[in-house]
Amino acid sequence: MSTNTNQNPKILCVVERAGAGLDDTAWELLGAARALAGEGGSVGAALLGEGVGELANELARGYDDVWVFDDARFASWDGEAYARALAPLAQREQPALILAAHTNLGIDFAPGFSVRAGVPLLPDCLSLESAGDGSAWEAVRTVYGGKVHARMTCTPSEQGAMATLRAGAFAAAEPGAEVTGRVHAEDVGDDVGQGRRPVRTVEPEASEVDITQAAVLVAVGRGIEDEENLEIVQSLAEALGGEVACSRPVVDKGWLPKSRQVGTSGLTVKPKVYLAVGISGSFQHVGGIKGSPFLVAINKDARAPIFGVADVGVVGDLFDVVPALEAKIREAKG
Amino acid sequence: MDIVVCIKRVPDVAEADVEIERSGLRIDDSDLSWGMNEWDTFAVEEALRLEAEHGGTVTALTVGGEDDEEVLRRALAMGADTAIRLADDAFEGSDPLAVATVLAAAIRKRPYDLVLTGAVSGDTGSAQLGGMLAALLGAGQVALATRTAFANGKLEVQHEVEGGLERVVELDLPAVVTVQTGINEPRYVSIRGIRKVASVEIPVEGAGDLGLDVAAVGAAGAREALSELFLPPTGEGAEILEGGPDEVAEKLVERLRERGGI
Repeated sequence: MSTNTNQNPKILCVVERAGAGLDDTAWELLGAARALAGEGGSVGAALLGEGVGELANELARGYDDVWVFDDARFASWDGEAYARALAPLAQREQPALILAAHTNLGIDFAPGFSVRAGVPLLPDCLSLESAGDGSAWEAVRTVYGGKVHARMTCTPSEQGAMATLRAGAFAAAEPGAEVTGRVHAEDVGDDVGQGRRPVRTVEPEASEVDITQAAVLVAVGRGIEDEENLEIVQSLAEALGGEVACSRPVVDKGWLPKSRQVGTSGLTVKPKVYLAVGISGSFQHVGGIKGSPFLVAINKDARAPIFGVADVGVVGDLFDVVPALEAKIREAKG
Repeated sequence: MDIVVCIKRVPDVAEADVEIERSGLRIDDSDLSWGMNEWDTFAVEEALRLEAEHGGTVTALTVGGEDDEEVLRRALAMGADTAIRLADDAFEGSDPLAVATVLAAAIRKRPYDLVLTGAVSGDTGSAQLGGMLAALLGAGQVALATRTAFANGKLEVQHEVEGGLERVVELDLPAVVTVQTGINEPRYVSIRGIRKVASVEIPVEGAGDLGLDVAAVGAAGAREALSELFLPPTGEGAEILEGGPDEVAEKLVERLRERGGI
């Protein structure tokens, strides 16, 4: 590939489904791709699934081309089968850039696909732009648990380059009212879906509380240090009339059930008020907080990424602040 | 079942004030403690659990310098049978694909049924090694495993998908599985346990041993490079409340009241 490959590039977005519809990231990829493609470039989507004709038409209201792989083997996400199916498409269409979302499904798909497609991969980008007069891509991503940002440069191979975008980091493009793009039905090879077979989907365990319905959540993370310390956040939640939620490490330790976990691997919540106590604020956790609640963060690490998304922060020892807050709330409520 | 576990040594930044070196390309790690990547400790434990149940071997691999031997010793102390360090001047400046290429070459040299590795690393956090390894090895793969079970020559893996859902899949072997935290309880290793393996000779394999083309690894083959590290801007985001615990608590109550939280 010559230099200036990023001028008016052809971009291929591998979109995700969510339930019966399209995932929000399908439109975020389009937004990012349109900005990079400019007026002269083109933006296509690859959609895999079973009986996804309607979704393909929906995508064609925003994408220039939609390549559809409609097959029973794609009914549930299989990063490996998807990678095998899409490699020939990438080879034929030769996009300068391939985009996917850095979600659990994207993590299952993108690294293997990038190797099959022969392109370098920039994972989990917060921003992405053309650099070096169009001969390279530059991305900002987080390292060291979100405490540090890294600016990365990626030189495309002969086959192009690939990036996965963090969900929520790029503004979504709105689909138009009419179908304006072309929809192409793609053949699926025989080798797809070999070696990995879906057995069943596991729903989250039912529980006595439903944190997805709570208006006030007091969420606790690694900073709580010990199971017996949970008591102080439980009393705070009680004083506020809210429920206790948590980030992943608390569930990993077995201190709270998975039904209380907020995040991309846990539940998506949409409270009015969210108190993050001793939570650093990894994107996996923050990704589960929707509906723009009033977000309060209490953390002793001033550099914790949670302060980047919170409305109000307290840099301090949660073991001092949480009991003091509970006392003031009980006082205020009389 | 012969299992290879790919592990990495990383600095622990969870509680640390991270500073960036003047070069802008490294964090100042002089005051940081180092250890096995958290996700990898779960991968080693999962390998040992499968070995205990079904027999076979567990081999730990890392790509790195002499300092990185520490995590191989930990894996040995946990119960791994063999540990090998992959090191060569030619590996300097490797990008993620080159690291995967080095590991794949080392794995290919030995009989293996399963490769396990942490789903993410605490330093670069890019979550791409497992998928790249699988594609290079021509093996099957699953990311973000929360349970594994071996029966009738197949590996059943439960893994995280989206929206709090998990899915169970059946994999033919050989395969590569990336492991989430919480899948098991990594065993505790005592200082005595580490001492026991302190004198075990850990072999080193380089590009020649692995039959690697040096142009394909290291800085020469890298398509990705770090241009700059920087601290995320503060001042954006939260309004930081100042004062002692009672004072900030009072201010918080005010804010919560304004926003309907009380």
